[in-house]
Amino acid sequence: MTVAATDLLLEATGVAKTYGAVVALRSASLAVRPGEVHALMGANGAGKSTLVKILTGAVRPDAGTITVHGRPLVASSPAAARRGGIVSVYQEPALIPDLDIRSNLRLTATPIEPFRNWLDQLGVADLDLSALARRLPLATLRVVDLARALAIEPDVLMLDEMTAALPANLTERVLEVIGRQRGGERCVVFISHRMIEIGAVCDRATVLREGATVGVVDVTPGSENRIVELMLGQIAEDIPDAVEQASTHVTTADVVPRLSARSLGSGAKLDDVSFDLRPGEVLGVVALEGQGQDELFDILAGMSRPTGGSVTVDGSPVAFRHPADAIRAGVVYVAADRAEALLMQRSVRENIALPLVARLRRWGPINLGEERRIVDGAIQTLQIDTRAKGEVRRLSGGNQQKVTIARWVAGGVRTMICFDPTRGIDIGTKRQIYALLRDLAAAGAAILLYTSELKEVQLVCDRAIVIFGGKVVRELSRAEADEPALLRAAYNLRSDSELPEVAVAEIVAQADGTPVEAIESPDPAPPERPAAAASISNPPDEPE
Amino acid sequence: MSAAAPPLGAAQARPLDTLVAFTRRNAWSIGLIAVLVGLLLFTKALQPRYGPITLQGLATSVQPLLLAAVAQAIVVISGGIDLSIGSMMALTSVVSASLMAKQSEEVGVAVVLGVLLLGIALGAVNGAVVVITRVPDIVVTLAMSFVWAGSALLVRSAPGGGAASWLKSLVVGPLANEWIPKAAVVALVVVFVVWIPLSRSRLGLSIYSIGSDRLAAFRSGVSVGPTRFAAYVMTGLFSALAGLSLTATTGIGSPVPGPYTLFSVAAVVLGGVSLAGGRGGVFGPIVAVVVLQLIQTDLTFLRVDSNLALVAQGAILIAVVMVGSLITMRRSRG
Repeated sequence: MTVAATDLLLEATGVAKTYGAVVALRSASLAVRPGEVHALMGANGAGKSTLVKILTGAVRPDAGTITVHGRPLVASSPAAARRGGIVSVYQEPALIPDLDIRSNLRLTATPIEPFRNWLDQLGVADLDLSALARRLPLATLRVVDLARALAIEPDVLMLDEMTAALPANLTERVLEVIGRQRGGERCVVFISHRMIEIGAVCDRATVLREGATVGVVDVTPGSENRIVELMLGQIAEDIPDAVEQASTHVTTADVVPRLSARSLGSGAKLDDVSFDLRPGEVLGVVALEGQGQDELFDILAGMSRPTGGSVTVDGSPVAFRHPADAIRAGVVYVAADRAEALLMQRSVRENIALPLVARLRRWGPINLGEERRIVDGAIQTLQIDTRAKGEVRRLSGGNQQKVTIARWVAGGVRTMICFDPTRGIDIGTKRQIYALLRDLAAAGAAILLYTSELKEVQLVCDRAIVIFGGKVVRELSRAEADEPALLRAAYNLRSDSELPEVAVAEIVAQADGTPVEAIESPDPAPPERPAAAASISNPPDEPE
Repeated sequence: MSAAAPPLGAAQARPLDTLVAFTRRNAWSIGLIAVLVGLLLFTKALQPRYGPITLQGLATSVQPLLLAAVAQAIVVISGGIDLSIGSMMALTSVVSASLMAKQSEEVGVAVVLGVLLLGIALGAVNGAVVVITRVPDIVVTLAMSFVWAGSALLVRSAPGGGAASWLKSLVVGPLANEWIPKAAVVALVVVFVVWIPLSRSRLGLSIYSIGSDRLAAFRSGVSVGPTRFAAYVMTGLFSALAGLSLTATTGIGSPVPGPYTLFSVAAVVLGGVSLAGGRGGVFGPIVAVVVLQLIQTDLTFLRVDSNLALVAQGAILIAVVMVGSLITMRRSRG
C-alpha cells in the first residue's frame, strides 16, 4: 500500500471519535484510489458506521484529517460533504417520504435524465416520478437512492449496506452497476456484510476492528478468510463449528405441529400458503422481494388478519386480533427492523423485560429482583455488549438485534417467527444468532425464519419453503437447499432450467472460488435485458 | 400501467392520469370544498335572505382567521407549531392602529410595510430561539406568546387607534360582481402571491422535507436549522398580515389576543395538514376556516344556545377529521 498521497482520491488518517465514555473510533484510516471499489469492513461496533457518518459530514470527528483529491475536506454537514465530492447512500433511504420522486430529485439538485438512465440500468425502468416516496416499497427506494447518488457523479460514492434489503434480482443489478464503476476516475466505498458481494465487486478491503484500521487486503479468491480473521480477531474459528454440529437435527412428521397454516390468503399479495412448523425444527422461508412474505409474517404475528385460510397453534385454531393474542399463544415475532420492536430510548433491561413483565405479574409492583435475574440470564445467553445499556438506540445494530431476540428468549420460547433477523449485521453476530436459533430448536422450540440471505438456509434451517406470487411453490430439504436451487425456486423455475440473470450464477460461482475477473467478462446478455444496459461502462451521457 | 412505455418518454403521462393523480393528491381539499358547498346550500335553506351582502360580511369577518390559518399551516408543514400567532396578531394590530391613527393615507402605506417587517422580525425571534436554544418549539412559542401579548399591552393598554381608509376599503364590499367579496379576493391574492413561489422554490421543498423526515432531509443536504428559522419567519409575516387584517376589519387595534391561535390549529387540522408535518398545503386550511365560520353561523341561525354551540363545534371538528382520515385511509389501502 505504498501509494503516494497524490494518487489517492480519498484519504482519511487518524480519525477518532468519542461519545461520552464510549470510544467509537480510536484511529481509523482509509485510503482509496481512483477507479477503485473499496470495501470497508468490520464486525459489530468496530466503528464502521461512525467512520461513514464522519466522511459524509453527519458527525464531526474529534481528531484526524480527511482529504479528497489531496484537498482537505471540511464536511460539516452532508451538504458540505456533497460539495466536497462525497455522496452517500445510507442504510435507510434518505428520500423525503411526503415528497414525490421528482421533488426529491429537485431537493438534491439531481439531473433527471442521468437519473432515469441509471434507474434503467438498475432494472427499475417503469418508475413513476410523481409517486410519493412513502408509497414505494423499501427495495425500490433504495435503488432510487442509489440512482440519485450515481446521477450526481460524485468523486466518492459511499454505499452503506446497499444490498441489505434488496431481493436477489435487484442485488445482482446493483452489483453489476457498481462493478462497472471500476477503472474510471471516481471511486466507490462499499460496505456490506456479504462476503460474496465483496468478492464480486471490490478491489481492496479496509478492515476495522475496535475503532482502528487493522489491515488493508487485496480482494482475491481466498482472501475472505484473511478478512474474516482480521475482523474477528481470535473468535473466528470457534463459532462455525457450533452451527455445523447443531444443524443435524432431524424432525419426525408425526408430532402435532406447533404452528400450521392452511391456504392462508391476504388480499392480492398472499394467495395460498400452507405449512406445518413442528417443535424442534427451524423452517426457512425464501422469497424474492414482495412475494407475500411480509403479509404472511404480519398475519402470524397478529398484526393483521388473513382474508382467507386458517392458522392453528398446537392443534387448535386461532384468530389473532392483536399481537398480544399471538404472544399469549406462544408465537413471538422478531422483526428485521429493530426500530419496530424496541423502545429505542429505554434501557436494555427494560426492553428485555417488557414482554416478560406481563407474565411475571399482571397487577401491582413488578418484582425487580426476579426481573433482573431473568434479564441478566438473557443478556448472558446472547452475549449482548452492554457498555451502552442505558439507551438501546446507542447500541450497535447487531446488539440491538440481539436485544429483540433476548426479550423473547428471557421468557422461554415456544414458537418464534423471525423476519430477516440478520439483515445488516456483521458476520460474528450472525453466527451467534444462527447458533442461538439452533440451540432454541434443540431445546424444543419451533422457529420460522424468513431470510433474504440464501446462504443462511443451509446453515440454520432443517427445511425451507419457497414463496412466489403469494403461493408456496416448493419445499426443499436442508441438503437440497443450496443457493442455486433456492434461487431457481424463488424465481419459480424448474430446477433444470437456466437462471434468468446470468450474473447471479456468476456471483454464486464466485463463492466457489472462481476468479474475480469472471464478473467482468463480456456479458452473454440474456434476451430480456435491455441492450443499452449491457454495454455501459461509463456514466450515461446527456440524453439526445 | 406505464411499464410498457419507453422509459425516457414515460414522463409525459396522459391527461386523464394527471387528472386522477391530481384528484387523489388533493382528495382532502376537494372533499372540504364539497362540505363547504353543502354548508352554503344548507345556510341558504335555513335563511333564504342569505345573499351577497351576508357573503361579503362573512368574507370580511373570516379574513384575519384565514391569514392566521395560513401562518400556522406553514410552520406546521415544517414540523413545528406556533402558539404565539394570536399574540403576534395583537401586537402588529395595535402597532399599526396606533401609528395610523389620524395620519394621512401615505403614512398608512409606510406603516403597513413597517408592520410587515415587524412581523418578519417577530417570526425571526421565535425561529432563532427555537433553533438556537433547542428548547421544544411548543414551549418557546407558548412563552413568546406571553412576551408578544405583554408588548401589545405596553403599546396600548386599551383598544383604540385607527386605520387608513384605503386599508379599510380593501376588506369590505364586493369586487366587480356583488357575489365576489373583495375581502376574500384580497386575502387569496396576498396568500398566493407569497405561497405559490415559496412552495415551488427550494426553500418550500426544504420546508416540506424537514417536516416529513428531518433525518432524511439532513442527509439530502437540506440545512435543517435555517429552514426551520425561515418557516417561523414566514409564519411571522402572515401573522402580521393577519394583524393588519384585524386593524382593517375593525378599524382599531386591540391589545388582547383573540382566540386565533387555537382556531388556527383547528383550521390547519381540518384543512388536511398533518400535525406531524410534511403534508398538506395552505388551500385546505383556507377552506377549513370558512367551513368553521359557516358552522358557527348556522348554529346561530338554528338558535342553538351559544355555549352549546361551542360544544357542538368541537364535536363537529373531531367528527370531520375522523371521517376524513377514515376515507383517505381506505383510499390508500385500496
